[in-house]
Amino acid sequence: MSDAAAISVLVFVAALLQATLFSSLDVLGGTPDVLLLVLIGVALLRGSVQGAVAGFCGGLLLDVLTLDTLGVTALVLALAGYGAGRYGETTGRGRSHAPVLSVIVVTVLVALLGFFLHFLIGEEVSARRALVEALLAGLGLNLIFGGPVFALCRALLRPFQPGDRVTEVRLLG
Amino acid sequence: MLGFPVRRPAPRPFPSRTSNALRRRSVLGVLVLLALALITISFRESESGPLHTVQASVASALQPLTVAVERVARPFRDAYNWTEGLFSARADVDRLQAENQELRQLVIQNESALQRNVELTRLLDYVESPRFPSDFGFVAASVTAQPSTAFEQAIVLPVGSNHGVEREAPVVTGEGLVGLVTRVTPTSSRVTLLTDSASAVSAVDLQTGAAGIVEHGQTGDSLVLTRVRKADNIGVGDEIVTSGWRQGDLASLYPPGIPIGRVTFVGSLNTDLYQQVQIESDVDFSSLESVLVLVRGSEDGGR
Repeated sequence: MSDAAAISVLVFVAALLQATLFSSLDVLGGTPDVLLLVLIGVALLRGSVQGAVAGFCGGLLLDVLTLDTLGVTALVLALAGYGAGRYGETTGRGRSHAPVLSVIVVTVLVALLGFFLHFLIGEEVSARRALVEALLAGLGLNLIFGGPVFALCRALLRPFQPGDRVTEVRLLG
Repeated sequence: MLGFPVRRPAPRPFPSRTSNALRRRSVLGVLVLLALALITISFRESESGPLHTVQASVASALQPLTVAVERVARPFRDAYNWTEGLFSARADVDRLQAENQELRQLVIQNESALQRNVELTRLLDYVESPRFPSDFGFVAASVTAQPSTAFEQAIVLPVGSNHGVEREAPVVTGEGLVGLVTRVTPTSSRVTLLTDSASAVSAVDLQTGAAGIVEHGQTGDSLVLTRVRKADNIGVGDEIVTSGWRQGDLASLYPPGIPIGRVTFVGSLNTDLYQQVQIESDVDFSSLESVLVLVRGSEDGGR
């Protein structure tokens, strides 16, 4: 299966599961965000561009499935995918703690940006609920679910070999 | 190399760091602009607009999939909810028990208020009825205390001389005579009940006019009509009311016509001077809650 097809399948299934199953899995006031975890996995393995595109498509699909305002989740997840990808391409490259750190930072930023966007378009959002209660529980759940989701991503998307990543310098013999 | 002219292939252009960054930023910019455009259009257009129509169509097309996933996931979700329910069951029991306790108290309060309402309505009916003494006013009051000893039959009311209550004022309910005010303070008064051994009320048989004195009987709340001559005709079921006599400057403390009770037994021995007449009052002396204190000379006391 090509990379694009594997990423498409991953994102599509994750969005579907997020909309139908995980969004109703309320644990201590929060829900796991499996689509976000898949996006972080894709972005760390494939880079910022793929991460941004996957985030945009996954978010748009989620907006369609939940009949939400089109574009809100797409914008948030596109930025999340890009940010995680850039981190994977630069500072986080080869670091074992990169996935955990990515999950923590991206989850918090996505919550903040989502709250800000929903506030901008005039939806009733409780800051305490969205940024304290749901965020803390959601962060814990994302850290728990992150392991299996990243393992699945690694199984479906072959990690780049060291030679694959270096595209700017080629040694000529 | 080795004397042979070698034609070297033209070097392939490698993507530079600048072009990679440009590509990245372009992709992100396009996506962000696209998302903002979607948000704007989706937010501003009506529900029947093209974007909403497309969204609805795609959602409809994907619905079978979501339904299928939901059905597959339902057993797992149910299992999760069941497990979560087990953990929260203890807390639920505590919460429901507390709620049950509050509701029970509420029910008791409601029933108490209902009983009080019924009692006050009955008092009001009595005040507005022709049986109420015409030259008396009234002060309505709740019973605040009942002496706990079995030796005295009395109640305490939260009304006193400040409210127009005087010593020896008759106290009634809608069912009949209750007793007499025997002690008054500015804000409270004590009423000796008809069932107290010290009480005595001159009364008459409403049907035959036979006169006598109502006193405390031998047991509990029982009343007897004493000093009824053997010649007087009294029957079981006759109604006994206060006589309200007046002789010169002397007058009974009670106005005439206040119901006291009904005759339940009439009998006499040959050796007795008077008949033995037992009376049963309609007033439940053991659970008095609201009463009227009759105030002489005031047609509308009202409290």
